[in-house]
Amino acid sequence: MKSWLLLLTFVTALSAADAPVVIQNATILTVTNGTVKGSIVLRDGRIAAVGEKVAVPAGAVIVDGAGKYVMPGIIDCHSHIMAEAINEGSVSVSSMVGISDVLNPEDIAIYRALAGGVTTSNILHGSANSIGGKTIVMKMRWGRNAEEMKFAGALPGIKFALGENPKRAGSAAAGGALRYPATRMGVEDVIREAFTEAKIYQADWAAYKAKSSRGEVAIPPARDLKLEPLVEVLDGQRLVHAHCYRQDEILMLLHVADEFGFKIRTLQHVLEGYKVAKEIAAHGAGASTFADWWAYKMEAQDAIPYNAAVLVRKGVLTSLNSDDPELTRHLDKEAAKTMKYGGLSETEALSLITINPAKQLMIDKRVGSLEVGKDADVLLYDGHPLSNLSKVVKVWIDGHSYFDRDRDLAEREAKQNQKKALTHVGQTL
Amino acid sequence: MRNRFRLVLPLVGLALAAGGSADAAGPGIFALTDVRVVRVSGAVIEHGTVVIRDGLIEAVGDKATLPPGTWTIDCKGLTVYPGLVDALSTWGLVNNPAPLAVPGGGRGGRGGGLPTPAPVITTVSGPSTPARGPEDRPFNTSFVKAADQLYPTDNNIEAARNGGFTTAVTFPAGNIFNGQGSAIDLAGDRIGQMVVADAVGQRILLRTSGSRSYPASLMGTIAYIRQIYLDAEHYRLARSIYEKHPQGLQRPAYDRTLEGVLASPRVLLPAVRAVEMERMISLAEELKLNAVIYGGQEAWRETELLSKVKMPVLVSLRFPEKPRDMDPADEESLRLLELREKAPGTAAALAKAGIRFAFYSDGLSNPRDLRKAVKKAIDSGLSPDDALRAMTLSPAEIYGLSDKIGSIDKGKIANLVVADGDLFADSTKIRYIFVDGTMFEPPNGVTTQ
Repeated sequence: MKSWLLLLTFVTALSAADAPVVIQNATILTVTNGTVKGSIVLRDGRIAAVGEKVAVPAGAVIVDGAGKYVMPGIIDCHSHIMAEAINEGSVSVSSMVGISDVLNPEDIAIYRALAGGVTTSNILHGSANSIGGKTIVMKMRWGRNAEEMKFAGALPGIKFALGENPKRAGSAAAGGALRYPATRMGVEDVIREAFTEAKIYQADWAAYKAKSSRGEVAIPPARDLKLEPLVEVLDGQRLVHAHCYRQDEILMLLHVADEFGFKIRTLQHVLEGYKVAKEIAAHGAGASTFADWWAYKMEAQDAIPYNAAVLVRKGVLTSLNSDDPELTRHLDKEAAKTMKYGGLSETEALSLITINPAKQLMIDKRVGSLEVGKDADVLLYDGHPLSNLSKVVKVWIDGHSYFDRDRDLAEREAKQNQKKALTHVGQTL
Repeated sequence: MRNRFRLVLPLVGLALAAGGSADAAGPGIFALTDVRVVRVSGAVIEHGTVVIRDGLIEAVGDKATLPPGTWTIDCKGLTVYPGLVDALSTWGLVNNPAPLAVPGGGRGGRGGGLPTPAPVITTVSGPSTPARGPEDRPFNTSFVKAADQLYPTDNNIEAARNGGFTTAVTFPAGNIFNGQGSAIDLAGDRIGQMVVADAVGQRILLRTSGSRSYPASLMGTIAYIRQIYLDAEHYRLARSIYEKHPQGLQRPAYDRTLEGVLASPRVLLPAVRAVEMERMISLAEELKLNAVIYGGQEAWRETELLSKVKMPVLVSLRFPEKPRDMDPADEESLRLLELREKAPGTAAALAKAGIRFAFYSDGLSNPRDLRKAVKKAIDSGLSPDDALRAMTLSPAEIYGLSDKIGSIDKGKIANLVVADGDLFADSTKIRYIFVDGTMFEPPNGVTTQ
């Protein structure tokens, strides 16, 4: 009697969450623990087991992985999808704005990214400003609302931008009133001034707290939403992602950060990073770059496709990103290019889009590799992910199936019929 | 003063109303007899009497004793309703150009964005030099009140009144912080006489500068709103500390934009799409605002959240329509098509979920169009009782005016509309309108069609 009741409660609990999933007989690319020919179990949103042989939980959905490959969900460290505004370009320091205020969970780009294997995206403010707005890490939980898509526990971030974009955005060519800065010198000054103000703000609050703890009457400083994120940067509570290209501005930023006592978490694009890889490694910044985009503006002239490989060999934590809703759909193919240009191994190439960006975003305890206990963000491919001929077949996030190629194809006709039925509604006669 | 004047000249009676050609007449005491009374606040009285005196409802019931000098109107076959209320209006404002599209409609999806509320732009206080941040207070006239900007001679007032509207809650538009709306009764010589409540809430619009001035993006606008409310709280705190101990303290600067925000009993936040509603509700919760959503076309998707936070919704009667000159080769998204189909049913969904809502004109100036839209909502599942309530007692409740207007109850303001049938039926004619107890007859018997 007792065991029957226990089974009933166990089964009831299961039906509330997703049923466990077991992918059998696949080639499993764990990224951190080598390749396993066997099975992987997803249960309660986590990876429950990986191995040649696994115990299959009751009620599990069995997925036949024969001839197929499994890898961790791809993490795109630089994305602008699902945002209804990208740049607050009116001012050079827009740290008071945040992407989290303008998220659009209904952006079809999310679904397309999923179909390309992306399970987590770092959604950034644009590069119009020396100091841009606040950024946010999102999981591609298509169908959920914005709040439910947030990567719970990920540290908040902020975007900086150096070089042509911020100085051009304020120029006469861009139209409208001129906006300082117009040169790279000015970009440096804007950052220095902003952090100097932030330090003063920090000191004002400390002084107020000291005064009121002494029992003195004092009016607290007004909260300044522009300076507070910069104080968080100084306190190491907010990660800096800095768009940059040229070696001189990269060195400048690292110097400024050292001077003010904070770290640059990632340099984004960093196409001349190979020239200053030693300095980047010494500072401890990560690099998030393109495989082979180059020469689309002057500061991208000296880009080389070996950039990622050189940075990796010099000990810089390196990732590849998309900065684009189209490129995000084939980051796997981008990763493969680093094997040809630079001779990275398969695992090193896959790391550029999985465990490395996870570490850059400090979410590596949760995602980035197929290890027991991590989030069940898992991809099933019909061939090796790094092959040009393979594609994503299924995507799970937290053990829930968010993309299934067969399901997508099966639903197309029904959706077309639905559309046809609605097309004539609302026409004024 | 006004009523005594009218008692002395009971038979002259014609064209005494403010402006226009509508007939307004008679003594200060009216009785509508043998009339079907749809009170909204209680059961319908099939054959009742409503007595109006000195602009107020003096009695409602099956019978009533009529004082001497009462102008009795035999309303056999007629029905009296509370006068209709436009819950977010532009009537009474001076300039009424064609409604402009408001930016911030979203980047999601191609082939036609979802519609945004289209307020009438009146005064735009754009800065002459670009604003450098929230501290420059761009697009902020939070301290103005619609009551201070109104004109009784606006043609919309008479047209609306002939269509059965007796009250409009008129709000300024054009900025981010627009100022407070005022509830006005739609008849009078002077605005002061028409104002029922001068400051019923702050209207926020999510516009951007459209130029190099802050804010140039939706993110910037939302960050600005957040900063203003933080500044307002600090302002309140700083002033109270300073008033108690001014010596040794820097005096807080005077800021009329913060005074305006602090004086507002509630705030109206725009949201048409479900995503926008979630966004605005999240902002209201964060800033602890007493908020009302306006727009509301996709509210049928958010009934759970709206009832959880108990936020009222002002539902636009401008239902989304397919653009006339659309390229037939363009494909519209399933979401957009679904919105067009379901938007008229939003009110029914809100009623079913027990969420308080009211209808508003959203720039539609012809009362006929408004009643047609309400009829469409009824055809999409809204009960006629709920439809009427959404244009009478519900807006009164949302704005805290339900002790004054919105239903036919003794003591309330005599804002009534008498028609020869169901107010939202196609063939019904309006016979009389009472605004603050002054009687009007629409010219040539205005029908709903």
